[in-house]
Amino acid sequence: MAEDRIAIHVNDLVVGFGERVVIDHLCLDVREGEILGLVGASGGGKSVLLRTLVGLLPKRSGEISFPAFATDEAVGRGVLFQQGALFSALNARQNVQFPLREAAHLSPALLDEIANAKLEMVGLSVEDGDKFPAELSGGMTKRVALARALALDPALLFLDEPTSGLDPIAAGEFDALIRTLQQTLGFTVFMVTHDLNTLAAVCNRVAALADGMIAALGPLPAVLESDHPWVRAYFHGARAQMLHLGA
Amino acid sequence: MTDMPSLIVTENGPSALLARGAWTLANVELLERLCAGAPQMQGGPIDLSGVTALDTIGAWLFEKLARRNAAGSSAATFVGASPSHAGLLSEVRESNRGRPGARPRAGTFIDRLAKMAREFGADSLAFMAMLGAVSLAGVRVLHRPRSFRLTSTVYQLGRVGWQAIPIVALITFLIGAIIAQQGIFHFRKFGAESYVVDMVGILVLREIGVLIVAIMVAGRSGSAYTAELGSMKMREEIDALSTMGLDPISVLILPRVLALIVALPILAFIGSMAALYGGGLVAWLYGGMSPAIFIARLRDAVSVTHFEVGILKAPFMALVIGLVAACEGLKVKGSAESLGRQTTASVVKSIFLVIVLDGLFAVFFASIGM
Repeated sequence: MAEDRIAIHVNDLVVGFGERVVIDHLCLDVREGEILGLVGASGGGKSVLLRTLVGLLPKRSGEISFPAFATDEAVGRGVLFQQGALFSALNARQNVQFPLREAAHLSPALLDEIANAKLEMVGLSVEDGDKFPAELSGGMTKRVALARALALDPALLFLDEPTSGLDPIAAGEFDALIRTLQQTLGFTVFMVTHDLNTLAAVCNRVAALADGMIAALGPLPAVLESDHPWVRAYFHGARAQMLHLGA
Repeated sequence: MTDMPSLIVTENGPSALLARGAWTLANVELLERLCAGAPQMQGGPIDLSGVTALDTIGAWLFEKLARRNAAGSSAATFVGASPSHAGLLSEVRESNRGRPGARPRAGTFIDRLAKMAREFGADSLAFMAMLGAVSLAGVRVLHRPRSFRLTSTVYQLGRVGWQAIPIVALITFLIGAIIAQQGIFHFRKFGAESYVVDMVGILVLREIGVLIVAIMVAGRSGSAYTAELGSMKMREEIDALSTMGLDPISVLILPRVLALIVALPILAFIGSMAALYGGGLVAWLYGGMSPAIFIARLRDAVSVTHFEVGILKAPFMALVIGLVAACEGLKVKGSAESLGRQTTASVVKSIFLVIVLDGLFAVFFASIGM
């Protein structure tokens, strides 16, 4: 199948601010249809890499390309920001409709039906669509943000800490939701996360970012065997050990 | 283009409808027209083998076609869908099943009137509660003077008082000049030009000086208070203060209200002087009245009572502006829109109340003969 097609190709990427180089000659390939989880130290450049990939930050040198797509413009991207970044003046349904409204001319009835369908896909009810972002709980905010990210049926989905701030039950449900949607809709996911459970439950491959470079890459068991000191510290630290014991 | 979507009605085949092309967002206008134009079918499957691309919108439109054809009984089925398309179709199958809940109606005129009355009542209550809370905080500070936030009060005084002086002086200077010019122009018709001094003096000292300054302060500082307190409320800073055992009223609101109460009389005085200066300048340059005569006539026309009437009102207007700003700031909810709405409400309500208060004072001073 298309397992081996490359969705995102990053070659020799350098990103920095002033004197500080955050991403240092990084190379990474994300395969089409996979869920790639990126781990790294806080402030280590995970979010910088994600923001560079979606085009919010300029790169200093290197190459980012999307070989699976005909042109760069044809790449449909959906981004789920850490805090949801919902437009606070619009209710949940209008938030989901916003990208649709901008992209094409739909009849109001169809717009409502599509937004309801998206909200129901992410496990919300039609009534939740009338709520404003200030009235939504943390888990619901993430779900609405996911529905908005999926509004245009993107081929690439970028998730920035999708389960942060959620309780373990809500985080587990969100993990399952991403997994299910990825299987039915077939998009590629690039996910920044600190949640070891998410890595184990959802991700096909895991990339560890250390010192601005990819220190380890592969399925989780392979990354766990890595000799890199930071990767060992991350996955074999006290908190990680607790998870292994619990499992 | 080969990807152009189409929907063909097959007369004699096994399927009722044959769909072709890309059923995606890019073609949505055409797709909506196709589906609206599709005839009412008796049943029979929809053949999707010719569909080259499908997204949620396309899947939903097929689902809608299938439901419509079924006319309440079992939905029409799809044949020939590729595995990935079938996944999407089953995903939208469950959506939009529930009856859409009745949308809340706009309500009649009476309903809206009742709502406004309720809001007015709630606002008055909140204002009284804020007055009580600030007074209580003030009494506590008198009881334990060390708990008074002097630094914060002085800082606020600098912001709402000192920094406001240039604009207040400029505007009141212009207002005084305009009143004098209009007075001279119209009084000249019946030779009463010299009474312009009486008019400018009494009007500025009793009413205009303090009123204009209070309105400017409401717009300049009241709005800033509401926005500050509102964004603190949004970021849970006020809750953080409470959990540390500090009273947000005495930490945030009392210094701000006190600073306004101190600053507004000072600004009103500066404003009144600037207006008189403007009036005198116009009387000299436009009316030909020398400054010495202007001052002499002013001394005859106004007494210290007029000045007292004006300046006595200032602290009360400051209190109203400060309390309204604090009330509205604490009413801010999570959204950016609510912050904007509350800031607007703060300015509108405080200007309204300042003018109402001015009217009440006019009645009061008239009845005690001041």
